[in-house]
Order: sequence, then structure tokens, then C-alpha cells
Amino acid sequence: MDKRTVDVAVIGGGPAGLAAAAAAKREGAGEVLIIERDERLGGILNQCIHEGFGLEIFKEALTGPEYAQRYINEVRSLGISIMLNSMVIELNSDRELIVSNEDGIHKILTKAVVLAMGCRERTRGAIGIPGSRPAGIFKAGEAQHFINIMDRMVGRKVVILGSGDIGLIMARRLVLEGAEVPAVVEIMPYCGGLLRNRVQCLEDFDIPLLLNHTVVDIKGGERVESVTVARVDENQNPIKRTKKTIECDTLLLSVGLIPENELSRMAGIALDEKTGGAVVDEHLMTSCDGIFACGNVLVVHDIVDFVTKDAEKAGKNAAMYSKKKLIDEPDIPVIPGLGIRFVVPQFISTEEVEIYMRVMEPGSYKKIVFRDGKRIVKTKKLKYVSPPEMIRLRLRKQEIGNAKKLSVAVE
Amino acid sequence: MRKNVTCIVCPLGCRIRIVHSKDAIQRIEDYQCEKGKDYAVQEIFNPVRTLTTTMMVRNGQLPLVSVKTSKPVPKDRIFDIMDTIAGLELEAPLAIGEILVEDILGLNANIVATKHVKRI
Repeated sequence: MDKRTVDVAVIGGGPAGLAAAAAAKREGAGEVLIIERDERLGGILNQCIHEGFGLEIFKEALTGPEYAQRYINEVRSLGISIMLNSMVIELNSDRELIVSNEDGIHKILTKAVVLAMGCRERTRGAIGIPGSRPAGIFKAGEAQHFINIMDRMVGRKVVILGSGDIGLIMARRLVLEGAEVPAVVEIMPYCGGLLRNRVQCLEDFDIPLLLNHTVVDIKGGERVESVTVARVDENQNPIKRTKKTIECDTLLLSVGLIPENELSRMAGIALDEKTGGAVVDEHLMTSCDGIFACGNVLVVHDIVDFVTKDAEKAGKNAAMYSKKKLIDEPDIPVIPGLGIRFVVPQFISTEEVEIYMRVMEPGSYKKIVFRDGKRIVKTKKLKYVSPPEMIRLRLRKQEIGNAKKLSVAVE
Repeated sequence: MRKNVTCIVCPLGCRIRIVHSKDAIQRIEDYQCEKGKDYAVQEIFNPVRTLTTTMMVRNGQLPLVSVKTSKPVPKDRIFDIMDTIAGLELEAPLAIGEILVEDILGLNANIVATKHVKRI
């Protein structure tokens, strides 16, 4: 096994990995290496051919491939090393990596590591839909890869379960490519995707959105022939008398994303069960010194611009760590309180920091309140809150003060 | 005529109610800001969208190139554009930003590549 030493290794060459590597290099890190298992850089953006990326950072609506290309160009011009078709198969807490590719197995020693492995889609097994096992059941992102990259149509009449953004985007894509989408089915009482996507992907094409509904059966022999949907009660249990059959040859699942943290677990990094990602501090450093996390492997984001911003922070701090210039400060825990699903980072210092969180349910005219014991540290009024839209707030030094432990709630 | 428009200017998502004739707004209600009002009026008289899709490529590393209209086009012409470009096949290599079809259907917008496709 050959051995190689780099200053900063970035695992994953999607939007998070690209931005982290570029930021690390700009911060003055020595050798920066991106390890990507696919044959090209860009990650999931390559198949996200729709527009709307970059509104935050570039103030223009780019398509996924265009957004990725800007960062690929930057990574190339900064002289960052790239290993494609290469899979990291081991990571330990001493920041040693084992990488497998067609040249063999390689050991890579590092001064700092950035985790940027992204996330993967939940499957039918994960949500336990009963019924037979015919062909024609795809995850929405998988279908997107077939249609947009491989030029393979997945079906003619397609029901979509789950109204997350990928499900909505695929509903429009399928209709544009000549398929019929009789329904998008959502178990929650609200749409899981961004408002813009609900309007421009479903309403524009008169695609029905069945809220408070789920798929309770799949029928078919060789191929899907129909699905049975039913309304659910307030405990999300299907109501039998509301069952109805929808004929279709395909079912797409857009039922959630799981941060891909197998390597993090292997290295013994502490994970947050609410986000499915690593527990991090204000530098986005995990519980293992010198290992940082960003993008969807840290927490599933709704907008790529924020993945980029995360990643730039993680990359910059990884570079500083590699040069022994990162100062670790005492940690103040931030705990999600009433109505808040999660908070990232889970630990902060007394320095100004950006905090993101998701609420449990939609609401209007709400307040996000940070408290240190009984003392109110910060209150932010929001006209509208919704679980699909991540909330990002800045805590200033004077607001944090000498807090011991912060909690955040929606009121 | 009556129409409801879901505003996408901000996440509030107002359901704006409009009563209109062929070329004038008679009544507009339930909007909360001027931007939202403007959006709703545009949606009634001239709704436009940027179309993003793919086109077939010969001799490329990928069988498809992702494309977009260079500017928003009338919503009701989207399927006409899809039908027109479905029959076209391009020759690799293609570069991001390259104009693939000029002035599609006379709509004053080009079809532009949104990714590089190398030749094999």
C-alpha cells in the first residue's frame, strides 16, 4: 500500500467538497486533495438541471451544472489535487484515510480532514410500504439520474410519494418529458418542498398534491400496475374507508434524505440523532480534532448556496487547523427547545456565530427566542416559519455574553 | 374572469385573488406587499418561465447535454419548445454557455448549453 501525506483532505467532490477545498487553499493550506468516488466533480448538481441555484451567492438563478462549474473552475485554477473514481473506505480519528481506486489501495495521512460526503435517499424499505415487489419503483433522485444523465425514461404514468423538493422537481420534469403525473402524495398536512417549487412544478402543470395522504399498497407483477392511496388521521394512520386506487406504471419516492456518515461512525465521531450528522462546534469541527463537516453530510440543507457557505467555513478552519492556528475556545452548548427540530452548530464559543435550525411545524408571525437559563439572549420575529425552510440567525458576541448553556425555542 | 395566484416573492405565499378582464385588473385582493401585487399582475397577463431540459448529443461522453432558455419565455409555449428540440441531435464537444438553437420559435430567446460535454 503506497503512502501519501497531504495537508487537507476533502472527502467528496460535490458542492460542499468543492467550496471547502477552494476555501482551504485560499486560506493558505499546503496540499489540498479532493477524493471523489464518481468519474466527475460536481456531485448531485450534475443531474439538477433545473434553475434556482446561486440566488443567494451570485444573485442570479443558475442551473445545477452551471453552479458546479463555477466552483470546479476555481478548484482547478487554485491547483488543488483531485482523485476521481476513488472511494474512501476507511477513516480513523488520527485522520488517516484508506482510499480504493483502480490503481489499488492507498493510505493518505492528513493534517486536517473535511467531511463532505453528502446524503442519500431513503428507500421503500425505510418507510415500509407493503405490497408486491414489481419493477417501476424508484427513488426520485435515482429517476432524475436516469432521465437527465443517462437518457432513460422511467415510466409513462408516475405517482410520486413525498413532496420534498426533489419530488416536486421530478413531477415537472416527467410531465415535460411526456409522462403523466396523476398525483403527488404527501403524508404531512403541508408541502415538504419550497414554495417556489410547489407553484412552478405542480400548480403550473395542474398536478394534484394530496396532503395528509400516503401510499398503503403497491400492486403489480412484473411492473407496477397501480398504487393504493389513503387519507391519514392525525397520528398518520391510514383511514381504511378513504382508500382509492391510482393506476400507474411507476412510483417515485421522495421521502427524505440521510446524511452519509458511515466514515464518520468508523472514526468514532459523535453524531446528532436529530440531524443524522456530526455534532460540531462553531468552527464546524466534529468531536474528532482536525476533522470538520459541512454540507448535507452535516445536516440536510434546502439551498445549495448555504451548503457552499458552510463548506467555506469548514475549509477555512481546516486550513487553519493544518497550520496549527485554530484556537479552540470553551464550548457553550445550544439545545433545541420547544418547536425546534435541531440546531447546528451544537456548540458555540463566545464569538459571533451563525446558527441554523428547522422548526417542527409551519406557522406565521412567530418569534425565535434564545435563552440562557431565564435570561433572554436574543429574540427574532419572523413573519413565517416552515419546516422545509431552514432558519439562519446570527448571534453576536454581546448577545452571547457569558452564557453557560443556550436553548432556542419558537413561540 | 377570476383567478387565484400563489405569490412566490417571499415564503409567506399569499393566495392573491384577482378579478380581471382581457387586458385590465378589476379587483385584486389578499396581497401583502407591492412586489406581490406586481407578481400577480404579471402572472395574469404575461406569465413567463425559464425552461430547463436536455438535448441529445452524438459522440459525447454523455448522451445528453443540459440546456436552458437564455431568458424566460411565455409559459404557454414551453411544450412547443420541448417538441421542437426533441427532434434535434447535437454533435460533441459542447461547451457550457454555447448557443445551441438561436431565437427558438421566434421567441427572442436562445437555447444554451448549461454543461460541458466532451467528445469521446
